Order: sequence, then C-alpha cells, then structure tokens
Amino acid sequence: MAQAAEAKKRVRTKEKTVDRDTLMKAYRSMLLIRRFEEKAGQLYGMGLIGGFCHLYIGQEAVVVGMQLALSLGDEVITSYRDHGHMLATGMEARGVMAELTGRSGGYSHGKGGSMHMFSKEKNFFGGHGIVGAQVSLGTGLAFSNMYRGNDRVAITYFGEGASNQGQVFESFNLAALMKLPAVYVIENNKYGMGTSVERASASHDLSKNGAPWGIPGAQVDGMDVLAVKEAAEQAVAACRAGKGPYLLEVKTYRYRGHSMSDPAKYRTREEVQMMRTQHDCIENARHRLEELDVEEKAFKAIDDEVKGIIQDAADYAQSTPEPELSELYTDVMLEG
Amino acid sequence: MATQILMPALSPTMTEGKLAKWLKGVGDDVRAGDVIAEIETDKATMEVEAVDEGKLARILVEEGTEGVAVNTPIAVLSVNGEDVSAEPAAPAPKAAVQPPKAAAEPADPKAIAEQGARGQRKDALEAAPAPEKAPSPEKDWGPTKPTTVREALRDAMQLEMRRDGDVFLIGEEVAQYQGAYKISQGLLDEFGPKRVIDTPITEHGFTGLAVGAALNGLRPIVEFMTFNFAMQAMDQIINSAAKTLYMSGGQMGCPIVFRGPNGAASRVGAQHSQCYASWYAHVPGLKVVSPWSSADAKGLLRSAIRDPNPVIVLENEILYGQTFECPTDEDFLVPIGKAKIERAGRHVTLVAFSIMVGVALKAADALAELGIEAEVINLRSLRPLDTATIVESVKKTNRLVTVEEGWPFAGIGAEVAMQIIEQAFDWLDAPPVRVHGVDVPLPYAANLEKLALPQPDWVVEAVKKIV
Repeated sequence: MAQAAEAKKRVRTKEKTVDRDTLMKAYRSMLLIRRFEEKAGQLYGMGLIGGFCHLYIGQEAVVVGMQLALSLGDEVITSYRDHGHMLATGMEARGVMAELTGRSGGYSHGKGGSMHMFSKEKNFFGGHGIVGAQVSLGTGLAFSNMYRGNDRVAITYFGEGASNQGQVFESFNLAALMKLPAVYVIENNKYGMGTSVERASASHDLSKNGAPWGIPGAQVDGMDVLAVKEAAEQAVAACRAGKGPYLLEVKTYRYRGHSMSDPAKYRTREEVQMMRTQHDCIENARHRLEELDVEEKAFKAIDDEVKGIIQDAADYAQSTPEPELSELYTDVMLEG
Repeated sequence: MATQILMPALSPTMTEGKLAKWLKGVGDDVRAGDVIAEIETDKATMEVEAVDEGKLARILVEEGTEGVAVNTPIAVLSVNGEDVSAEPAAPAPKAAVQPPKAAAEPADPKAIAEQGARGQRKDALEAAPAPEKAPSPEKDWGPTKPTTVREALRDAMQLEMRRDGDVFLIGEEVAQYQGAYKISQGLLDEFGPKRVIDTPITEHGFTGLAVGAALNGLRPIVEFMTFNFAMQAMDQIINSAAKTLYMSGGQMGCPIVFRGPNGAASRVGAQHSQCYASWYAHVPGLKVVSPWSSADAKGLLRSAIRDPNPVIVLENEILYGQTFECPTDEDFLVPIGKAKIERAGRHVTLVAFSIMVGVALKAADALAELGIEAEVINLRSLRPLDTATIVESVKKTNRLVTVEEGWPFAGIGAEVAMQIIEQAFDWLDAPPVRVHGVDVPLPYAANLEKLALPQPDWVVEAVKKIV
C-alpha cells in the first residue's frame, strides 16, 4: 500500500496538463507490448519459440513514448530486443509472433526469427543481432533522408551496453559532420547482459556521450511515457529543423533476464521488485488516468481487446505452417 | 477454470531440469510476473515467473524432483478462484502435448536430404549457365580506344551517376583529393559534394552508413582506399549487407557496391598486401567481381552499380595505370557471372583473375615457344563463378592450372579445382595444379617479395608438370 501511495504521489508532482486520449493510447500500446512479451515468454517455455528471445518487459514506455512523437515515414531501427519496437510502429502482433515461432506467416517467413524482422511498409529496419551495428545503419537511414531532401527523421535505438562500441562514436561524428536528421536513443536498462553500466562505461551521463561532437543530449525518465514523449518531441523537432543529430538517454529497466536463458544473478530480486512495484510504466500511466477519471470499465475494455489480439497472435503463430522447404534457397539474391 | 503450469524451457538447449524450489505454496495468490519456483538447468538456477493470475491450487511436482521434462505439468492454477483441488486439471495446451519440433520433422528424412542436394545443384546452376550448354560467345561492342583501368573505372561511375540520381560515391579522399589513387578524378566537379562524399577515416562507420542508405533504397558506391581497411567494416558487409535480404524474407534488398584496390601493390608490406577474393566469395548474398583489363573494369563496375545486390569489386593498384583497348559504346556492359577466354588453346587451361590474367598470358607466350598451346580464362566474376566456361575448356584441354595471387588454403584455385573435379572429372588427364602466392604474410624486402608472388615462369613450370 505504501508503495502504491508513493507511486501516486510521484505522478501528482507532474503539473502538465495531460491529454487523456494520448495517454489512453499510450497505455494501450504499452499493455499490448507487455502482454505480447509475456505470451512470448510462455511460448518459449513451451518450446514453441527457439534460440534467442530477448523480452522488452519493463521498457515499454521508451518505445511507446518515442513513437508518439513520430510522423508517418520516419524510420525506426533497433537491436535484438525488438518486439516492442515492431508493435509500436504498427506491425501486426500476428506476424511478429509467427516469426518468433519460425512460421511462414511471420514477417520474414520464418527465416529471421526474434532478432531479425523488418517492415518496409512501416519503415521498420530491424531487428539487428550484432551489438551496435544498427547505430551506423540508422545513421545511413538519416543520411538517405538528407540525400532525398525530405523531412523524415531516423530513430536509432540501442542499449547502454552498445553505447561503448566504436562504431557508435564513429556514427556520432559522421552524423554531426553531415548534420543528419538522426535521433539516437540509448535505452539504459542498467545492465548490458550481466554487466552493470557502472562497470562498463567511464561516462556517468550517457546523454553527454555526443558532447565532443556538439550533439545535444538529454536524460529522460524512461518509466514515464509522457516524459519520454516530451523529450522525443524536442529531439525530433530539432532534427526536422535541420539542426543535426540529437541524443536521448532514456533510463529504463528490464524486469526479465537479458535473454530467456539468463538467470540474472547480477542483481537482487529486491531491486527488480522495487522497480516493478514503484516505477512500473504501465501502472504509472494507469494511476494518472484514474486521476483523470477514467473508469474501471474503460481499462477492462482495453484489457479485453489486448488479450484478444495476443490470443489471436498466439493461435496464429501456432497454426500458420512452417515455411516450405524450398524457402531455404529463396531470398539469397535478387534477380538482376 | 484451471490452468496447468508447465515445466518451462529456460534456454535454447534445455530438455529437462530439476524443480529446485517452490516459492509459492498451495492456496497462495499469484500475479503475472511473480516468481513461483526455481529450476536448475545444466547451466544455472533460473526463476520461473507466472504468466497468468490466480490461486495456486495444486502442486503436481514436488520440489527437489530431478529430470523433469520440459512441458510436464508442474502445478495447477485456479483462475477464477474455484476449487480445483479434486478435479483433474484441464488438458495441457495442445502445443505442449505435441511439440512443434515433432511436427517439424520431415515425414521422410531422405526426401529432405534429396531436396537439399537438389537445391544445391539448383544453386550452382543458377550461379552459372548449365555446364552442358556451350558458353555464349562474347558480345562484340564495336569500336574501342586505348584507356587506362583508372579511366575506365572513373568512366563507369560517371556514366552510372548520370543515369541514376540515387547513385553516389562515398569514401576517404574521393572528392576534393580526387581519390587516393585518382580513380574519382573530376567526379566532384560534375556531381558536387552531395553525391561525391569525403568521409573521415572511419571505415566501420561510413560502411554502416552506406549500407543503411542502401537498405532505404539509395545506391551507394563505397570506395575503400584499399580492401585491407575494409576488414574494419567486415561486419557491416557480411552481417548487414549480405544477409538482410534473406533475414527479411525478401523484403529488404541492399543495392550497394564496395570497391577498391585488392592484393599486393609493391613493397607496401604485409598489412597492405592481401587478396580478399576467397573471403568475400565465400559468402552467400554477395557477388564478387575482379577485373583485369579496362573493358573488364568499366563493364563490370557498371553492372555492379546497376545490380540490386551487394557487389564487391576487387581492383588492383598495379593495373590502374595500365592501358587496354576499351569499347566506346555508351551502353557497354560486362555481365556479372561471365568469364572470358582471353586466349584460345588446346593443351592446358589456365584460369586466372585480376593481375594474374597478365601473368597467365605471359606464361602462355612462353609455353607457345615450347609448342604448348594454353587456353587462358579470365574469370572476371568470382561469385557467381562461370564454371560452364571452365568446364567447356577443360573438356577440350583435359588439364587445369589455376593462377592466383592469394594464399592457397581455401582459396579461389581450390574452389575452381573442386568444381572441375565435381563436374569434369572424367575429362581430366592429370590432377589440377594451383599456382598461388606463397603461404606467408607478404615480406617487404624486394627480393623476398618477388619470391612470394606468382611469376610467369611458375605457371610454365606448373604446366610442364602435367602436359
């Protein structure tokens, strides 16, 4: 009880007027991701999903808050912890779940898996399994916007672990030199696999990691979806105005292990419980909506709708067939 | 309603584990995300989290039980608070009873093996025209003029950049400096800094940037000052450029050209003298070409720029200044995947690429004086490899000698020889012979360097062994 009261108090300290519809939308998106990931964890446990599977539970506010600030056509690229990003960009839960089960109805027809999905239609560029590689690629997406002279912005997500890769700094330099419309989002969930950020980075404020190149940065509370949205709007607006790249360090937390096979012994159960009970992004949003007099039945309706989508996705992911054996040889090369 | 809690798989390889400890007891309320039990796998102790909400109604597997198979029901959760202590638990989800792995097993393992073999053959056939078919003759492009390889490469980029506004050149010193080896001379003047882009010395970064731009539909030409520096960017070339089409189920292609000098120059030492042909040719999803003459350079680079796939163009610094006759036809192209017979002969087939074509031709001159007529094949493309042309030639000469500057182990010569063994074994009158760079890092000293790189007389000696 005391914890809940404290959480409410935290919410109240925000004085800004909140657009109820926007927050409802964010609440629904976050819940969809959470339920999706819980179901994915369950299907993994049943042996229906294999290999690596990195869940996004706890971090939902980051991608949902960012997405609220984007416009149609903006590009998104991220690492291997990517299910939430795909759902946030509007990709179908069915297609994502069916890719996790390695079935023909998946976004990559079962040939990519959890870490490798793409949607040209939604401008989602993956899904990358090599830590940090997506940062240079995302810089290239921003470059293509500048080359074409459009006003699109490319959003590149990476973890605080990836932030130490050399090509991240190479990318910062290139983006600043060329004034590219690139928003870099460091999702700082405090642990790069089992190594805490304090043990991995001599920089204590990752939002300043672009400072040598004059890249403006901000630290954001990643458990507060509206705080993320606000910071994202500022970053995206600066990019669209042609001011060059922008860096956000979003402080977040993953409740689950790094991947399914991570026993997470590098942190205490109390630490995880404390984040879950006091800082959960979905609970935060719900409290705030309750204060805006959203009634229980409205939450129930969202719950039911989300449950339906996830159940449908799980059913589809198990009923759509495995890819044809001939698929082994397709998509290696394009004709030409 | 009751839901069974199943023994979960907690790693990609787990099939069973020990149920070490229950953290919730019968009658306890459980919320989604609560840790309910601990399981020991072969690697670690893992926590099991509840997925559904409810009351823990029954425990089916006591703590301390070892060897609990994945998907075994371990407990029953009552979802709406009803008493399920006596009733049998609801049947486990269908998938748990019939794991998908079983469903995935082919009805007939032999069939899948055959499918694989067929597919591979299909792959090989797609890579080149069918060996049974006679290779198509080289097209006559009409008038030519003397052109250096350097000019030919520049002309190719210039023509393609005029043709398609999405094509741009990016790399170190390509713009204001006009190219470290002066390949991009004049391009900045014509196309401006938007399309001829100087980068800092940052191979990993600018290669990733270019690949990202290609995934978004642009057509970059990435110049590596030399391919030795592309090792810094190898991950982006292989993992991002070559594999994304496949990983995206065919959605996202990567039309990009990586080009620059490859192999030994002269006295530049081990780190700057290496042939990457077999490295890149190994990778499905990449095309690899390696021009020798000016016509090769111009025609292949134009084809590479138009190709919707990532193409590696392995040039050679020593060849840049050499002059060859080159077609002047505006539409001149050399198709990727097509070798060229530079000299016809009937006693032995010499297969070479890049600067070694010149070495092979010199050797053929010397062999002619000994009364041996060598046929010299200029591969031009390494992947896809034009095995049809080589097979056709070996069927005539019955002997094969490969010539390459790179190291022998797992090299291009090894691959060519194996293709011939597989496809024309009965026509061989002698084992294939490989001529190659010596299997050491390239030394600096002039005399040692000369000793390490294939010379025409090495080829002559190799031929004499089998003719």
